[in-house]
Amino acid sequence: MIRTAIVAAPIDVPGLLAEVTSDATGATTCFVGTVRNVHEGRAVTGIEYSAYTAMAIDEMTRIATEARAQFGDVRIVIEHRVGALVLQDVSVAIAVSHAHRAPALDAQRFTIEELKRRVPVWKCEHYADGERRWVDPTAAAPTAAGAPDVGT
Amino acid sequence: MTELQVLLFASYAEAFGAAAVTIAVPDSGTVADVIAALRVLPGGHVLPPRPLVAVDRRYSPGTVAVKAGQEVAVIPPVAGG
Repeated sequence: MIRTAIVAAPIDVPGLLAEVTSDATGATTCFVGTVRNVHEGRAVTGIEYSAYTAMAIDEMTRIATEARAQFGDVRIVIEHRVGALVLQDVSVAIAVSHAHRAPALDAQRFTIEELKRRVPVWKCEHYADGERRWVDPTAAAPTAAGAPDVGT
Repeated sequence: MTELQVLLFASYAEAFGAAAVTIAVPDSGTVADVIAALRVLPGGHVLPPRPLVAVDRRYSPGTVAVKAGQEVAVIPPVAGG
């Protein structure tokens, strides 16, 4: 069972947990990403997220499919939010369940790491000094392991 | 030549001043031709040496052929999560 979505409304985290839980699952994990008040030493007041929605949904589904291939019969729901978020707002939530804890935990870690590496979502940080900036995780290290290796 | 619409997002959309631009690439053109055409447009200077490109919603290297009617997008460094 896989479901992925890009959403504009607040993410219902308990709802995602309930969605992946079944009579056959004995372990449910949840990753929740929230807006933090500092980035590289600068005070952050909020983040505006945007996405290439159609591809983001496809890429999240591919990641969840890979997780099932690697870790077994996990149930995975991924929701990423877009729009203007303030501190502590949930930007992403990933719920994973399995009969046993190890596959659920492993699939959880795999899914968030691959999401951050591959899913076409962007964040524009707003700072306390009034500036705004698109976050570029590759800027600090041009050969960062993060970027998909598909350039020209 | 083949005309293609290229989708732009986030920092690239701001640099090019549009959510999509129309470019022309040689018939039997590739992703590399798409990038070359984008570089000469106003705003094209923001593209890194190896920009990410998606064809029909999949990351595609420079050698991949592009055809009219495909969904082509140039992808800024992703920062989800």
